[in-house]
Amino acid sequence: MNNLMQQLINGLALGSIYALIALGYTMVYGIIGMINFAYGEIYMFGAFAGLVLASYNSVNVYMALLGAMLLTMVLGVIIERVAYKPLRRSSRLSALISAIGVSIFLSSLMVRLKGPNTRGFPKLFENKIFVVGSFQITIYQIVIIGVAALLMLGLQLFVAYTKTGRAMRATSQDQDAASLMGVNIDRVVAITFAIGSGLAGAAGVLSGIYFNAVQPYMGLMAGLKAFAAAVLGGIGSIPGAMIGGMVIGLTEILGVTVNLSEYKDAFAFAILIVVLLFKPSGILGRKANKKV
Amino acid sequence: MKRLFNNWFAQALLFLMALGLTAFISEIINNVSSPYLLNIGLFIGINLIMALGLNLITGVTGQLSLGHAAFMSIGAYSSAIATVNYHVPFLLGVLIGGVIAGLFGLIIGFPTLRLTGDYLAIATLGFAEIVRVQFTNMKITNGAIGFLGINGSTTFPIVMTIAVLTIFAMVWLEDSRNGRAMLAVREDEVASSAIGINTTLYKIQAFAIGAFCAGVGGALFAHTTTFIQPTDFGFLKSVDILSIVVLGGLGSIPGTIIGAIVLTAAPEALRSLSNYRMMVYGLLLVVIMIFRPYGLMGGVNLKQAVRRAMMLPRKKQTGRGE
Repeated sequence: MNNLMQQLINGLALGSIYALIALGYTMVYGIIGMINFAYGEIYMFGAFAGLVLASYNSVNVYMALLGAMLLTMVLGVIIERVAYKPLRRSSRLSALISAIGVSIFLSSLMVRLKGPNTRGFPKLFENKIFVVGSFQITIYQIVIIGVAALLMLGLQLFVAYTKTGRAMRATSQDQDAASLMGVNIDRVVAITFAIGSGLAGAAGVLSGIYFNAVQPYMGLMAGLKAFAAAVLGGIGSIPGAMIGGMVIGLTEILGVTVNLSEYKDAFAFAILIVVLLFKPSGILGRKANKKV
Repeated sequence: MKRLFNNWFAQALLFLMALGLTAFISEIINNVSSPYLLNIGLFIGINLIMALGLNLITGVTGQLSLGHAAFMSIGAYSSAIATVNYHVPFLLGVLIGGVIAGLFGLIIGFPTLRLTGDYLAIATLGFAEIVRVQFTNMKITNGAIGFLGINGSTTFPIVMTIAVLTIFAMVWLEDSRNGRAMLAVREDEVASSAIGINTTLYKIQAFAIGAFCAGVGGALFAHTTTFIQPTDFGFLKSVDILSIVVLGGLGSIPGTIIGAIVLTAAPEALRSLSNYRMMVYGLLLVVIMIFRPYGLMGGVNLKQAVRRAMMLPRKKQTGRGE
């Protein structure tokens, strides 16, 4: 039982990281219906930005986090302008290939800049272990879960209560109608990419702190799992992405606990396929009507 | 002339001529060319066979699949196990690889093809990851260390012959009743099921045939490199094959041929840029998609192009790409 509690906490920490990346996927999918496969690489860029920032002595964890988020936000907007905007009216497959091209470009760019090796992440603050009752939680886990929860809460409030948030919701309902009502679609899409990329960048820094390892190809698997999380929760739904991320983080950790660590990477996808078969629109997804 | 084109006997003759010509040319190339160039040619052929299979699934039937590398790996491993452990002759091993991959295509097809669009893409992606992890943890595949000691029996003439065979098979298939039903499924699934097309049946057919092609390609790949490991068949391999299909032009067989040539040769041609190679490759994908969003041969109809070149009267067509 104690062990189970312990694994739940570990799973929540890992799940928070997936959930943060998944939010980007789900928001962009909800608004322009494309899969931005480059989010994994943006997450990787965030981790490296955190690494570079953290190597300065005067930088604390919040500055590293904010700096990385700002950088990835700019990166996300640039990517959208250059690689996706010209393709907004063409088939989804072309946009998908373009996104894959971007992700290949970004990871090989990072190999050129920083080399292909795994690097340690400088310590931003001392790790402490708290013992609560019969299980323990590290300060790293508290920071990860706390920052992720704060960011998600902020996002939820932003989407629910601000004017831009309302514009985003309108755009996701019907792009043409929204633009007739005076919503600047280009701006909304740019903001969506900025927010999604910023969250992925934050996830990168958090995972750097947590796993103490950063490398240029880390984005692929994390991106795929986060994407699975977004679909699992119901793509287009923000709370869905959080739930999906948590489910995938928890199953991964629980799988490792029951001695199936070799199959770690397969769990996310196995669950995904099972859920898709029974509820094709995901846990919180809306069922789309088929039109002839 | 028009009658000649539509005559099955003439088509068969054309097919035999093409096959003979290919065998002849590839025999010459096999003896003359440098091993390096030959190897690139070989991989173009292998990629072409696999891409034609994916083109049937994604281009013709409209089912986006991100798991083609899984079928490739199933073909590669099963043929390698057949030839190394059970001493099956090479060509039979290739056939076994194709058939087993095709069977898996069938098995995967039944449950997942109820999904459509992006959900299917994700399910196939998940399937591919599961297959990869499974191969990493199996004894018979030697796990992550990789399967060693496969004989390098794949030769250029064999690959080219199979490639030509696949091209002709695909052309015939697309012209058949089944092919037209598959096209209908791509254009509008709901409408085609409303006029009595069994959409699931044709989707599963496309999946099984596409998986068979991937398996054959994988088997040829295994007998070229003589060494395979699960990481050879990751997500990026599926992406490579999908890029060939999309870049060439979805649903276009000549497009797929051009895509296979361009995207197999491009990383090699970029080798002089060594360190910047993959960066340029990524940019290339983006740039081509921006300037030719429907692929290099998207909307080009080869039959019409040939007719135009031969100054034949234009046949009235009601298909796409007009």
